[in-house]
Amino acid sequence: MKLKGIHVPHKKHTADMPPVRIPVPKLVTVPMSMHIGRPAKPVVKRGDTVKVGQLIAEADGYISSPVHAGVSGKVQKIDEMVTSMGAKVPCIVIETDGLQEVSETVQPPDVHDLQSFVDAVRQSGSVGLGGAGFPTFVKFSFNKDENAADAVVINAAECEPYITSDTRTLLDRTDDVFAGIALLKKYLKVKRYVIGIEANKPAAIQKAQELAAKTDGVEVHVLPAVYPQGGEKVLVYNTLGRLIPKGGLPLDVGVVVINVTTLAFIAKYVETGMPLVEKCITVDGSAVREPKNIIVPIGTSIADVLESAGGCKAAPAKVLYGGPMMGIAVPDLSAPILKNTNAIIAMDAREAAPPKTTACINCGACLTHCPLRLDPREIARAYKKNAPEDLQTLCVDLCMECGCCSYVCPAKRHLVQTNKLAKAVLREYNAAQKAKKEGAK
Amino acid sequence: MNNKLISAVSPHFHRPRTTRTIMLDVIIALMPAVIAAIIFFGWRSLLVCADCVAVCILAEWGFEKICKKENTIGDLSAVVTGLILALNLPVDVPLWQASLGSIIAIVVVKQLFGGIGQNFANPAATARIILMTAFSGTMTRWAVPQAFNLFPDTTTGATPLALMTKGETANLPSYLDMFLGNTGGCLGETSALALILGGLYLLFRGVITWHTPVAFIGTVALMSLVCGQDVPAQLLSGGLMIAAFFMATDYASSPATPWGKIIFGVGCGLITILIRFWGNFPEGVSFSLLIMNILTPYIEKLTRAKPLVGEVDE
Repeated sequence: MKLKGIHVPHKKHTADMPPVRIPVPKLVTVPMSMHIGRPAKPVVKRGDTVKVGQLIAEADGYISSPVHAGVSGKVQKIDEMVTSMGAKVPCIVIETDGLQEVSETVQPPDVHDLQSFVDAVRQSGSVGLGGAGFPTFVKFSFNKDENAADAVVINAAECEPYITSDTRTLLDRTDDVFAGIALLKKYLKVKRYVIGIEANKPAAIQKAQELAAKTDGVEVHVLPAVYPQGGEKVLVYNTLGRLIPKGGLPLDVGVVVINVTTLAFIAKYVETGMPLVEKCITVDGSAVREPKNIIVPIGTSIADVLESAGGCKAAPAKVLYGGPMMGIAVPDLSAPILKNTNAIIAMDAREAAPPKTTACINCGACLTHCPLRLDPREIARAYKKNAPEDLQTLCVDLCMECGCCSYVCPAKRHLVQTNKLAKAVLREYNAAQKAKKEGAK
Repeated sequence: MNNKLISAVSPHFHRPRTTRTIMLDVIIALMPAVIAAIIFFGWRSLLVCADCVAVCILAEWGFEKICKKENTIGDLSAVVTGLILALNLPVDVPLWQASLGSIIAIVVVKQLFGGIGQNFANPAATARIILMTAFSGTMTRWAVPQAFNLFPDTTTGATPLALMTKGETANLPSYLDMFLGNTGGCLGETSALALILGGLYLLFRGVITWHTPVAFIGTVALMSLVCGQDVPAQLLSGGLMIAAFFMATDYASSPATPWGKIIFGVGCGLITILIRFWGNFPEGVSFSLLIMNILTPYIEKLTRAKPLVGEVDE
């Protein structure tokens, strides 16, 4: 049985558009926190000249990731910026010279065993490009137990409306994807590879199937075009029938999940040594004049990105990092493209208008559409009466914030938002309980 | 491009369906029953419907005005309550009684418990029971249907259920008449055809699911068979169809879980049968609804889906 979900409008207008490179922007702003974990530490200073691929900030601690320059030019300043999540992080502002000179440090890494492979992935600055931005090398670091994983699921579901950048990876960089599979086979020693793609991408499915037929151990799993197939839990369950436990990782059920574009990038990095300095992103939305896929240096401002898509036909009222289901609304157009940005969606006033919230009519649409079988209606009640024990029973911490409940709610209630707040309440409560227990000892 | 951008939590897409469109669907689904009522019981059917709807809207507007609450008549739920209540009344009901029922449904049953979504009991079913208890004379005077006569003379007769209760099965109307609605009874409950059409529309639109009607009607059919009763006559008479499709599926007063809906439907069916076969009243649908309404929170608790936690090693 497949996990439930919802039918959302696909709006994959750009699926047939191979990405184009945009002119080098005048200025790029590269934040030090584009991944889950500690922000990177800048290793350049004001006035330094940098070249494409050069290390500009190093990883700080284990769960962190280095940052490289995507442009050649001069470091204008090391500044501080507020991210879309509201956190203050340092950022490196580079004034470009337009030459795009490649740094001498860009050399294919020496990869000969698992450890050197993991190190290379770490040096590449790779993070999960599907959205969460989890440093990729951590997923491969299970060398203590060689049999920890028996399958790799390659996430090409791309279930968010509008976004087609992963589809383009499968179509335009199929060889890179399969070179990535070959690398994982060689170093991770995992035999089984499952590529999960939603049924609404026939061209990508066909191309993947052609190559899979010629490769041992690779299957293409066509998923129903029902959101959210790309959610890690949903993907692993719907492809392999394995359920990732609450608070656990895919590795707990012997699976490594990797985004298709991340995999293609790793293969290219091992071949050329060019670290993660640019991204293919989809630019679309009702305010965008010419929706398209583009390749941009990381740090390019959203204003420059929109400019490259023919500008806006209407004043953008809401601009998102990512798709409309889980995307984050940016505070202003100076926000930069991050490592894990896969789309910029600019909505006009009509598309962005927040719907009016009315009273819950108890229709139950939220609970019958939740992929993880949660009851957002009850969670909202428990949150309102501030009952963390009830929230625990209702397993609100399981919520992946996919947005199905809010999407289907006829009363347009902010169910995902309430779930997020309820999760924070439960976290606090559990921390307090733990502290109490330890205090008693 | 220096305008302020809207900041909001995801998702940034929403389904077009709103409470208002759901209620509009229910109103559309009730139209065949209203038309059947006019065909069989004449123009006064329309008057009763209009009266109930108008008073329901007025009561909702007035209550919210007095309590300084947000006006919600735009969500059309008061229209739905008025229509369903009207269809649960005999054609010759005095208008002041119909109006009183509407006020009870909206103010006492719905608004005093917190408004839409908060009422624990079905407003129309509860109002009908109160009217039946208070005005048992007018509430059980059943006009004999005169098809396509807009201005019928009032002659009264017995409903099929009353006939069956008395054991006068020889006088029962034909199955076809009962299916079409050419029998005595409340305005909107006699035509099974019209109600099934409306029910199918709601199913097609995804406003209701199959669970409740199938469980409710199925239970009545099965129990009638077991008890050696006339199964088609039991299914086609009384308020079973309107209750199964339009009242037992009320969101606020019935469980939201699929298994909960099945238990709710089976419970309604069993209580209906108990009252019909062994109770004092010929009809038990309204009481069955009210009793199951009260049990709804417990049924929901029992049938809540287990979240997909997976194996957790503690």
